[in-house]
Amino acid sequence: VTVVLHVQDPGLFTTIQDLGRLNAISAGVQPGGAMDRFAHSAANLLVGNDPGQASLECTLSGPHLVAEHACVVAITGADFDPQINGVGAPSWTGLFLAPGDRLAFGARRAGARIYIAVAGGIEADRWLGSSSTNILAARGGKEGRPLKSGDTISIAAGPRRPAVSGRGLPNAIRPDYDDHTLFAVAGPQIKRLTVEGRSLFFGSTYRLSNNSDRMGYRLDGPLLATSGDELLSFGLVSGAVQVPRNGQPILLMADAQTAGGYPVVATVVSASLPVAAQLLPGDEVRFAEVTLERARQMRQTLESALATLR
Amino acid sequence: MPPPRSTPRLRIQPLGDTALLAELGTRLDTALNTRAIALAAALKKRRDVRQAIAGYASVTVHFDPDQATYDSLAAAIRRLAATRPPMAEPGRLHRIPVTYDGQDLDDVAARLQLSRQKVIEIHTSAIYRVFLVGFVPGWAYLGPLAEALELPRRQVPRTLVPAGSVAIAGRQTGIYPLPTPGGWHLIGRTNVKLFLPDSDPPCLFRAGDRVKFFATQA
Repeated sequence: VTVVLHVQDPGLFTTIQDLGRLNAISAGVQPGGAMDRFAHSAANLLVGNDPGQASLECTLSGPHLVAEHACVVAITGADFDPQINGVGAPSWTGLFLAPGDRLAFGARRAGARIYIAVAGGIEADRWLGSSSTNILAARGGKEGRPLKSGDTISIAAGPRRPAVSGRGLPNAIRPDYDDHTLFAVAGPQIKRLTVEGRSLFFGSTYRLSNNSDRMGYRLDGPLLATSGDELLSFGLVSGAVQVPRNGQPILLMADAQTAGGYPVVATVVSASLPVAAQLLPGDEVRFAEVTLERARQMRQTLESALATLR
Repeated sequence: MPPPRSTPRLRIQPLGDTALLAELGTRLDTALNTRAIALAAALKKRRDVRQAIAGYASVTVHFDPDQATYDSLAAAIRRLAATRPPMAEPGRLHRIPVTYDGQDLDDVAARLQLSRQKVIEIHTSAIYRVFLVGFVPGWAYLGPLAEALELPRRQVPRTLVPAGSVAIAGRQTGIYPLPTPGGWHLIGRTNVKLFLPDSDPPCLFRAGDRVKFFATQA
């Protein structure tokens, strides 16, 4: 274990995340993991890691990190104006840091979350098979909490492959983060909406309320009336859009509750979750219905993009 | 008990492109829940299944989209659901001491036109089933609660319910494992820890277990 980075300033909300702990949902523990799995996986692959290694997920603002040892890092996801020693540095590429180099960020220019991966993989507390930070349980990541000033970031071992700075992922094969259309398949309780309600949901613009975080996004826009008896609670997934009795849809995200009994009228497909992960309170969003076949093609397009980095 | 020959109520639907929901029925029913738990256990053994979680009367299946499609998995579930589930082992019985001094106990008793003592007597007389573990870490939906104690949820949920609170709502009862918001009626409290973050699995109750409450003095 080698300390490679020193946290001078953690930014607004920086946690250690990986691909989550799906195995733990049978105990009611939220799956967790990176909100934008494409950006998280790309950051790891860009520095020669497996996609399942831990990365830093930084929300709304970036951290200020100082290199203790030479290392290769990659920044992906949102654009928070990354800078090395005060000079603008590119995202979506491997970056070499020499001892003493400072990685910092300017103002947020686009998106909600950046991911920082370090060649060798970030060392973190493992809990129930994952390094992801679970704030509610105060486990995983860095002592189950967001990073704070004075923390250090260590790597476990050498990278799986030689970490080469300068490898990149072209813009053309990244998710289209600027298009805030979320593609979704009809949910198991779509029939609880009227025909008009269904076209209202898929035809309207919604806005992320201030009550939006890693658990889910409450969506301001047309209220949806649902019919029928109370449902028996069932297992939920991230991407599910549930409609509570007040009619305001909620898009469940990575730290969502594992079960619930409100109607799920649509589920955002896996290829659109990275776009959803980069939305902020106040952002407008639309839902477009797709078939499972179209969802499969979209997923494979993103898989192929990541495969160029393997 | 004869094997279930057919499953006319089996309803399978996508939950996005990497999960699906298989509903065995729509009733709060111990037999349906037993079948859901058995189906989830059988599905968990498949290599193309990442996770299978039993609900009250359903199974949510997370699958590996590189190994399975919705259609291939739905067909496999129809085959599995048509076979006789293995004999369910009786779940472990948990004996939970409760101090019945909840903030809502008097209100609950008044609304049900029962004495406090009668509410406690009814709540402690049944052995409840753990239908589902989920929602928040360690939370378990227990039931069925006696009809005599049936009340809708509070109109306005509390923003913070203390951990260990024993509560009722509808035909269900449960224990808040963590301090969280909650809309159920608080009738008592227990010092038994339900969420055990340093154990694996990190919860006391598992789906299919049984729970009995005992009244203790404050």
